[in-house]
Amino acid sequence: MARKRVTPVGAFDRDLVRGALVDAIWKLDPRRQKENPVMLAVEIGGILTTLSFLAALASPGAEPALFSGLVSLWLWLTVYFSNVAESLSEGRGKARAASLRASRTGVAARRLSSASLTAPSEEVPSTALAPGDHVLVRQGDLIPSDGEVVAGAVLVNEAAITGESAPVVRESGGDRSAVTGGTTVLVNEAVVRITAAPGQTFLDRMIAMVEGAERRKTPNELALEVLLFALTGVFVVVVANLYPVSAYSAASSGQGAAVGLTVLVALFVCLAPTTIAALLPAIGIAGMDRLFQRNVVALSGRAIEAAGDVNVLLLDKTGTITLGNRQAVAFVPVNGQAHAALVEASLLASFADETPEGRSIVDLARESGAVGTCPDDAVFVPFSAHTRQSGVDCGGVRYRKGAADTIVHEVTAAGGAVPPDFEAKVHGIAAAGGTPLAVSRDAAILGVVHLKDILKPGIRERFEDLRQIGIRTTMITGDNHLTAAAIAAEAGVDDFLGEAKPDDKLRLIRDRQAEGYMVAMTGDGTNDAPALAQADVAVAMNNGTQPAREAANIIDLDSDPTKLLEIVEIGKQILMTRGALTTFSIANDIAKYFAIIPAALVGIYPALSVLNVMGLATPYSAVLSAVIFNALVIPMLVPLALKGVPFRPIPADRLFLSNLVVYGGSGVIAPFIGIKLIDLLVAGVLHL
Amino acid sequence: MTYPDPLLDAAGVMVFLLLLTGAAVLLGRYLARLFFRERPPSIVGMLEAPVYRLLGIDPSAEETWRGYARDLLLFNGIGLAFLFVLLLLQGVLPLNPAEVPGFAPALALNTAVSFVTNTNWQAYAGEAAASYLSQMAGFTVQNFLSAATGLAVAVALVRGLSRRETDRIGNFWVDLTRAVLGLLLPLALVAALLLASQGVIQNLDPYIQTASAHQAIAMGPVASQEAIKELGTNGGGFFNANAAHPFENPSPFTNLVEVFLLLLVPAAVPFMFGEAIGDRRQGYVLFGVMLALFLGAFAALYAAELAGNPLLSDVTGIPMEGKEVRFGLAGTVLYATATTATSCGAVNAMHDSLTPLGGLVPLGLILLGEVVLGGIGSGFYTLIAFVVIAVFIAGLMIGRTPEYLGKKIGAFEMQMAVVAVLTSGVLVLVLSGIALALPAGTDSILNPGAHGLTEVVYAFASMANNNGSAFAGLDATALFYTLAGSIAMAVGRFVPIVAILALAGAVAARKTVPPSFGTLPTHTLPFAVWLVLVILIVGALTFFPIFAMGPIAEQLQMAGGV
Repeated sequence: MARKRVTPVGAFDRDLVRGALVDAIWKLDPRRQKENPVMLAVEIGGILTTLSFLAALASPGAEPALFSGLVSLWLWLTVYFSNVAESLSEGRGKARAASLRASRTGVAARRLSSASLTAPSEEVPSTALAPGDHVLVRQGDLIPSDGEVVAGAVLVNEAAITGESAPVVRESGGDRSAVTGGTTVLVNEAVVRITAAPGQTFLDRMIAMVEGAERRKTPNELALEVLLFALTGVFVVVVANLYPVSAYSAASSGQGAAVGLTVLVALFVCLAPTTIAALLPAIGIAGMDRLFQRNVVALSGRAIEAAGDVNVLLLDKTGTITLGNRQAVAFVPVNGQAHAALVEASLLASFADETPEGRSIVDLARESGAVGTCPDDAVFVPFSAHTRQSGVDCGGVRYRKGAADTIVHEVTAAGGAVPPDFEAKVHGIAAAGGTPLAVSRDAAILGVVHLKDILKPGIRERFEDLRQIGIRTTMITGDNHLTAAAIAAEAGVDDFLGEAKPDDKLRLIRDRQAEGYMVAMTGDGTNDAPALAQADVAVAMNNGTQPAREAANIIDLDSDPTKLLEIVEIGKQILMTRGALTTFSIANDIAKYFAIIPAALVGIYPALSVLNVMGLATPYSAVLSAVIFNALVIPMLVPLALKGVPFRPIPADRLFLSNLVVYGGSGVIAPFIGIKLIDLLVAGVLHL
Repeated sequence: MTYPDPLLDAAGVMVFLLLLTGAAVLLGRYLARLFFRERPPSIVGMLEAPVYRLLGIDPSAEETWRGYARDLLLFNGIGLAFLFVLLLLQGVLPLNPAEVPGFAPALALNTAVSFVTNTNWQAYAGEAAASYLSQMAGFTVQNFLSAATGLAVAVALVRGLSRRETDRIGNFWVDLTRAVLGLLLPLALVAALLLASQGVIQNLDPYIQTASAHQAIAMGPVASQEAIKELGTNGGGFFNANAAHPFENPSPFTNLVEVFLLLLVPAAVPFMFGEAIGDRRQGYVLFGVMLALFLGAFAALYAAELAGNPLLSDVTGIPMEGKEVRFGLAGTVLYATATTATSCGAVNAMHDSLTPLGGLVPLGLILLGEVVLGGIGSGFYTLIAFVVIAVFIAGLMIGRTPEYLGKKIGAFEMQMAVVAVLTSGVLVLVLSGIALALPAGTDSILNPGAHGLTEVVYAFASMANNNGSAFAGLDATALFYTLAGSIAMAVGRFVPIVAILALAGAVAARKTVPPSFGTLPTHTLPFAVWLVLVILIVGALTFFPIFAMGPIAEQLQMAGGV
């Protein structure tokens, strides 16, 4: 599908990088830095060493001014790099928000005194609209706020929100009535009942989310912060302990001196989990941004994280597992009824049926040579999810088509009998994975239309992947159990719910949740809203109704139900990236200890130089090299933080082992190599 | 004296550990019956009923974690006050044939805290300072109760992990009573009889004056205290020489019996856990992790001691410096490993006289947080706190909100786990830092330098982790050490306990997520290895600088001929 973006924003767009580099300076303000306590601690360390540098300039102390000056510089850079990473990830969101905001400014609305196209109207600014107001929208207007079409129908360009320029129909009644503030009416006019208070519209919420303004820390982020904070605290104590212990050791061994302030701070910063702490905000924001690139708007960070935890997926069959349009492939009359009569009745009963299935019946009937006509007084009965039938009253004759049980009910209520072979024919079609649609004329069942479902390509493999990562899929369908079972088997879902009524979904979700599962579902209709509100992860289609969109915590702007699978992957990626960088960060400490401890203590115990396994040139160069490595690793890992650790659909135990080896292993080895290389450079150039 | 044979010793230790494991499995199953069945075994049921009637307790009324913690603190507070007063007044109380005076207040506080917290740090010499009444009604009673307290906390934690959507984690009084009546008393009785039969003394006689009248041979009810001292991972010796004294530990056989006793209950708790949650593999993994660390430590200590002190190798030719001839190298190394792997702290050799790297092993075992078997109950619950941290990082790496046994690990669980794991380490760093900065701290050091540093760190490590063994070489009777030590023992015991009970309450309230392919399995070898790494890395990162300036510097100096 060709798609035009509102604003194409690359990962490292030049303007964005420039903006981030500047913004990161302002973030050095401790009041802003306190959002990230670990980096605040690094900044305080930087202030201390800078003071020590200034003192050394004034009067030379134990540590050379060049050494404390360079360490200070790199500590400031450490904090700065962390800020750049955050600004960079925020910048992408801000660029998108700016373009979204453009479609919100200065819209005038025509407020109507009643819900009628002809009611008198007055001009008011869109910000004055309250929920319940009615407004008139016409060709060329920007829709002033979120609402529901209550009269008329319009063709709307929603590119401002979805990036999709193909116009969509929004009309009163049914599941396609919701309109979004900021979108443009292309053709026609309609009355819209406003449903959102000013500042609370979908566009407002979307802007807030992509900007990160409303970013609240997720439960998982909070738990990780507890760990990082605790580690940081322990390292403060370790370093605080090092001073008196080294002072005692120096005094009792009669040589060397207590470890100096610059080295103490350097050791603290190197041990503290700065790498993960610096990149933590960026990981979350970037994850949200990756979703947005796939045209998915999460209304809370919590929802994305929950998506990574989902273990039951409820999927509607139609549109998700199968292509939306079922095709009529055959008319199967029951014994004693003419084929032509069945075709004729099917045609009439489907006249007013605008669903793809209905149209495919009309097409097939016409191909078979039927020419159904009806007098003008015909009354069309539209399909409803509750009656599960549709048809026409045509010249006093009731033509109906629908699910077998509803038609049986219809016919017996009219005093007719069920033909003996009817059930077998229904079963035959259903068992083959088709959908049998019974057709009746007054009190007689004429036969069955065979509708065939077509699976979406690749869906089976997708479910196989999901099963590998422990997610069970449940297919929900209004089809009877037999049909549902056949399609479920063909698609490879784990479970299915046939003949589902709207409240069955809600019950199913509650049952699964009571068993401890996290449930995700997609929905678009108003009758999905309760189930969406109950689900842990609820994805609403953007073309769905307003209640559905309000009940959901994630909106898919493309209205593509299979997106749920990608959302799950991104949710997992965010956590994996955090875990991988935490492991990397902690594993780094081993090499840093081997760099700094011998350097700090060799004056007291010369024999400790055997711990200098990297053979670093001098104590000063060793400490400085460790600090430089610690700072540089942040920008080097920014791409990983923004793109996320690649997701692979393999079972948890194998995934754990491979990520542990990759990120833990490299976390142990990389700093040994990196610090040694930097030391060669530092010692060679500066002769420190 | 013959030269030690490493292969023979290794084989012996393997057989010993095999026997221990078998006994631990059986005891673990019994403990699961004792604590997690609707009704305890009928004999215990008969014994406990009068206790509940006497105390006015409804054994079926379960408590929230707050109620459990409140009762636990109350009970231990009363025990502390009782023991404190008893020690102050022992000079005027009966059963004092040696006519020892009352304890000085600071020492009484230190000693009372020490026994209530299952530490059994002894800043006094048992035979010279404590009356028989203090030994029996004070120390021995607390040996039972402090061990039962630790076990009760572990039981409450297992309940929390195995339940769902409830705020109840059991009744402290019931768990305490069953731990004493159903486990500790009967085992201690058998053990005391066994030890007495092997020559450990048990009497209330006055001290015997030798013919020359220059020496008094101390007597006392030793076997009854020795049994629970090992069994309850208490470690407080009747005599100052602890289990190096021939009346406490007369032979190589009693030496093995005592090591067996001190390892038994800590080793059984993981198996109890596996039974209670209905997944034995989870218990096997935890025991396996403990055993692997234990074997590693034993091998390291054995190797260090076998290498011995190069400066003395010409003198004897056999590396026996600081070891009892009765027990030999292997018997000493096994005891030293076992007593510091568990939080027992009884000793049959002074760890001060191990080689520097050898001394690092018991110190390291203590500083890992007493999770290698650890104290009764406390080793297990601290290990679970490590599991929570390990599961958390591992869970992130597979892209799911981390969960253990189906319980999600949120910020609160994380806070409690971190408190339980890190409290003792922070105490050691802060208090040893203060001690080395103040003359009051450094004045007590008998061997200044790297060795003296290790002595100070070992003292605080032992107290903060409730081990109680002393490295020796440090005058711990100074006011600074008795007071700082009291803080270390009390905080190191009760802060983690409250955190663990809070953790138990939090996980009990959670739903249990059914396992799937997407769940990180915690019964596998990779997870066990990961858990070992997390324990070692947390310990190493916290104490590397101290190790460098203490044992490592000393070993390097020794190798350099200093």
